[in-house]
Parts: sequence; C-alpha cells; structure tokens
Amino acid sequence: MKDLRVERDVQTETNKIEARGVQVFYGTNHAIKDVDVNILDKTVTAFIGPSGCGKSTFLRCLNRMNDTVASARVEGKILLENEDIYDPRVDPVQLRAKVGMVFQKPNPFPKSIYDNVAYGPRIHGLTRSKAELDEIVEKSLRRAALWNEVKDRLAAGGTGLSGGQQQRLCIARAIATSPEVLLMDEPCSALDPIATAQVEELIDELRTDYSVVIVTHSMQQAARVSQRTAFFHLGNLVEYGETGQIFTNPKDPRTESYISGRIG
Amino acid sequence: MSTASTNPNDVPRKAESLLVPSALMRRRNAAEARFKAYGIAAIVISLATLAIMLFTIFSDGISAFSQATLRFPVTMDAATLDPKGNRDPADLAKVTTIGYKKVLEKALIAELTQRNVDVQGVSAKDIGSFISGDAPARLREMVLADPSLIGQTIDFSAFATGRIDGYFKGRVTMETAKLDSNISPEQLQLADRMKAAGILDVRFNPKFFTNPDASDTRPESAGLGVAIIGTLYMMALVVVLSLPLGVAAAIYLEEFAPQNRFTDLIEVNISNLAAVPSIVFGILGLAIFINFGGLPQSSSLVGALVLTLMALPTIIIATRASLRAVPPSIRTAALGVGASKVQMVFHHVLPLAMPGILTGTILSLATSLGETGPLLLIGMEAFVVNYPAGPLSGGVMDPATALPVQVYAWAARSDPAFIERASGAIIVLLAFLLVMNIVAIILRRRFERRW
Repeated sequence: MKDLRVERDVQTETNKIEARGVQVFYGTNHAIKDVDVNILDKTVTAFIGPSGCGKSTFLRCLNRMNDTVASARVEGKILLENEDIYDPRVDPVQLRAKVGMVFQKPNPFPKSIYDNVAYGPRIHGLTRSKAELDEIVEKSLRRAALWNEVKDRLAAGGTGLSGGQQQRLCIARAIATSPEVLLMDEPCSALDPIATAQVEELIDELRTDYSVVIVTHSMQQAARVSQRTAFFHLGNLVEYGETGQIFTNPKDPRTESYISGRIG
Repeated sequence: MSTASTNPNDVPRKAESLLVPSALMRRRNAAEARFKAYGIAAIVISLATLAIMLFTIFSDGISAFSQATLRFPVTMDAATLDPKGNRDPADLAKVTTIGYKKVLEKALIAELTQRNVDVQGVSAKDIGSFISGDAPARLREMVLADPSLIGQTIDFSAFATGRIDGYFKGRVTMETAKLDSNISPEQLQLADRMKAAGILDVRFNPKFFTNPDASDTRPESAGLGVAIIGTLYMMALVVVLSLPLGVAAAIYLEEFAPQNRFTDLIEVNISNLAAVPSIVFGILGLAIFINFGGLPQSSSLVGALVLTLMALPTIIIATRASLRAVPPSIRTAALGVGASKVQMVFHHVLPLAMPGILTGTILSLATSLGETGPLLLIGMEAFVVNYPAGPLSGGVMDPATALPVQVYAWAARSDPAFIERASGAIIVLLAFLLVMNIVAIILRRRFERRW
C-alpha cells in the first residue's frame, strides 16, 4: 500500500449522520448488531469488511432502501441532521432525494442519457423550465466528469455507454437531485482499473460538496479515497476512525488481521 | 497442489489417446445424437400434421371464395312487376319474389335462345332453378329502391344454385346428379353449354365476406358478413374491457399487494380460472348477463363479456410474468433517485414489461377469437340475417354471430356446399389469427429495449 495517503485534512468535524444503536434483522437473522457511528459532512467515509459483514446492509439503512425488503426490520435511531429518518412521519421517498445512492452494478434506465439525469429533478419538481433542467443536466454530467464524453449524444441511450461511463452516468443521476449525502455500494466492483481510477478521482472531488459513504471490498480503494474508515465484522462495527490510523495503527486485533489479509 | 496425492480415488490413469474417443465419450455422444434425433422427429411430426391440416382446410375451403355466377340481360316486364301501371311503391311492394323469379326465368331462357344454346331435355322450370333463390329477392330490392328500372333492360348477375356451383367445383358429378332429386344430369350438361356460351362463369365472390347467413336451400348466398362484424365487435370490446382490468389487477397484485393468505388465495384462484373449461364461462354468462342482467341474448356485448372473463386470467398471468422479468436493478435505481412506488412502476417497470404484456394480451385475444363453446350457450349460433347496427348506434346489443360459431353452424348442415363454406370460414378465421399474431410481433419489436 504505497499510495496510502496518510496525511489527509479532514475539512470539517460536523456530523451529518448519527447512528445510535442500529440493529437490523432479516427475518430471524441478526444482520447488524448495535452499531453507533457518526458520519461527517464533506468527508468520504469508507465501510470495509469481509463479505456478509453487514456493511452494505448498514449503508442501505441510511436511505431506507431496506424498506423495500419485506423481511427486513430496523431498530435504533439514525439521525440525519438531528432528524430521525426512521420517524413514522418521514416519507422515504423524500429522504432518498436528500440521500442519493449509487449501486454496485451500473444501472442506468433504458432511456436517453439526458432523461437518465433529468429523471430525478423532474419527479422532485426541482426545475420550472426546460432551460433550468438543461442546466442541471449539464452541471451534473460535468460534476460526474462525463460531460465531455457525452455532450454530443445526450439523446443516445444510457445503456449504450461503456461500463465506467454508465457508472459515472449513475453518479450524475444521483447528484442531479442535489443530495446532501451520497451512498455508494461498491461502485467500482464491476469496472476495469481505468474506469475505477476515474470514478475514484470523481469521488475525491465530490467530497467538496457532499458527505460520501462508500462500501468497498478493496482496502486499497478505501485507503485511496476515504478520510474515515469503518471496519465491520459479523454485523459488528469493530473499529471506526481516521483512515490513516485504521490502516497503519489499528487498535482492534480483528482489524489488523483483516487489513493484513489474515481474515476475510 | 498436486492432484496425484490429493485425489481420493487414487487409481493410476490409463494411457489414453485423445485421437481415439473413450467408451464413455462414445456413449455420451450417442446420447446426444439420440436426443437431437428425437427433437428433429418431434418437429417433423408436428410440421407434417400442421401441413396436412392446412392442406385439407385449403383444398376444401379455397373454392368457397369463388362462385358460379350467371350473367344475362333482364328486361323488367312492366306487366308482371307493376300490374296497376302506376309505379306506386305501395303497389310495387305487393309483387312478391315469385313475380321476380318469373321475370328472371324468362330472361334467362330468352338469353339461351338468343345465344343458340341447346336446351333439349331441360324444362323451363328446371332452367329457372339454375338461378339462386337469392336473386329474385335482390332484384326486387333493386326495383323497390328505384322504380324507374321497370320497363328497362339491365345486365344482371345472379348466383347459380349450390348444385350447379358444386358441379364446377367437382362436388357434384353426373353420377350423384342421377340420384339427386334437386338436379339432373341434363341440367349439368346444359350448365356446361352455358359456360361455353359465356352466360355462366366461376369467379371470385366478394359476397362471401359480406353476405349474411342464408337458409339451407341456398348455400350459394351464405356469407360471413354478420359473423365478421360480430367478431370485430367482440374483439374490440374484449380489448377495451380486459386489457385495462387485467393489467391493473396484475400491477396491483405484483407490485403493491401485501403478501398474505388472502392474496395467495387470489393468486391460486386466478391460475385456476385460466384452466376452467370455456363452456363453464358460457353457462356463467348465460346465468349472469342474460338471465340476471337482462342483456339481450345472441348480442356481441354478452359474447364480449364472456370472452373477457375468459381472457382476464391469462392476461393477468402474462402481465405478472413480464413485470417480474423486469430486472430488480431498474427498480432499485428508480427508488434510489427518490421515485415513489407508483412512479417506479409507471415510469420504468411498466414500459419495460410492455412487450410481454402486449404479447400475452394478443395471444389470449387470439384464443378468445377462436372460442366457440361459451358463445353457443349465450345463443350466438342463432341464424342471423340482419346486420347488427353500427357501433355508435348500439350495434353491440343486436344479435350477431362469430366466425368460429359460423363454422360450427355450417359444418352441422346437411348440404355439402356448407362444408366448403365452413372450410372457407376457417381460412378467414386463420387469416384473422395470423394478422393478430403479426401485430403482436410488430408491437413486441417496437417496444423491446435492451437494458
């Protein structure tokens, strides 16, 4: 891990998301056990851990995507700027406009590139005119470092792009609704190294505006893009701290075993 | 790791050449070849059956589209058709078709004499019986619509009777004519001479598509007009009724309904309904729509309601299957950008499921198009000679028949001329089905998108 960027300035210490005593059950399976975590604003937070450790499950709690799984049950509190997102008054649809998500497999809609990005702003009524919408689409595509590649073929299908372009399109789609938090569930696992590098660079840039939470299988990736890292193991949050500290000086022996490749 | 030491059944490998297939390999290849042969045999058998079926239908039925027709000038004799000589429509209407038949008979004999056709051995009455019973009625209608025709000479074409028609199509021969009280060999010989003289010819008969059904004694004028109108009305109504209902029910059950005992029960029953014999739906329609609901029997509305009940389960099942086939990544993508469930379904899932839904719907429509049993029970095999009114003036409430029912009714009649017509009607029905399946394919192509 030569490219480990240990010295990183964490720009802010304000909490964006505070999770308190979060438990998740799939039927009788206890998938997340009493997790407390504070996710900082304008920071990239990485969730690492072996397969099945619950990192994706926890990520999906943060925008209530687990609601769509019939057998899932979530306990505890998750506060987004001091508002409990599991409060019965909260409409998950509104929440997901604030907490965007990018998935493991690029999943653009089978529509044009323009419509892919414009879909979120349209359904949330964020624009009043076509010109405003055009502006949002361009801004989002530029932000996702895709504009130059697709500006001449916005009417072409989003599914005709390459894998890396598709994933950046999905990122553009997610940021088009101006979310406050961006959740990424292994966004590079289906991409080749070049596309991965492009997406990682993008994640680093997105940090200036968003709080980014990324689940990754690759410890190198966590080390490259994140400022804070959380290590999950068997549904427990084992260790959470600054990325440099986690990778160079882990406090828990399980973390050390994992990053040195002995478990996982 | 080395396989030699870890292999549990550690027997030394025999030296085998790759150039000589092993015994096991030979058996596997033989099994594969056998399976291929079975598959090819199955396809050949089904294709052969299909070919035989189509050949029989076409060889029996293609002649239904042509018809032996007599063409001769008719002088509208004023003394017979307007005995009072005042052209008053009320008085003209008193002259029955018998009067018109005499006029036609006279005109045909006159034409034969003029063309020097030998009529030896055939009486005037027997010459008159060449003309279809439908012709005098048609001539009478022409005169009642336009009394100025009386006294004029017009070119008239009339169908030859079913027996004469059958002679030119090989259905009636000299031998059968000897045994037939309706026709004699002399008449058939005269028919040959008439054909040579150009009075009689066999030509394409568009009236087969437009005429209503006709009685047993005049198969030549029986047509599919009422049946085609009835079928079109029913298909239109079935689409309008079953597509929205079926798709809405499927979307609700698949996307929104909670998973509990009650919805499980509904699901099982929908599958069961798809397997209920169609005749049962006919009894249901009779009981509910006609006896309880008071809707007119034999009407295309009741037929369409019954067929809708039959088509619904198939449409629901097909729609649910195509909704389920939409990849979950599209759903999570839509939910992930904050679409509500309804938006997710209508913006993303439904458009992707559309090809499957349309294919399923059109196939179930095609099934109901060919359905006979339930329509018999609600009285649609009635003998209907009046066209139903237009769709905007309540035509769906008028008595009508449908193509498959017409096939059934004609096949049950005694005159072999109707068997030919029944086969002709099957060809029309098959053409309908073919068109619907082509539409299904075109729609699927058009809506199909990759994701």
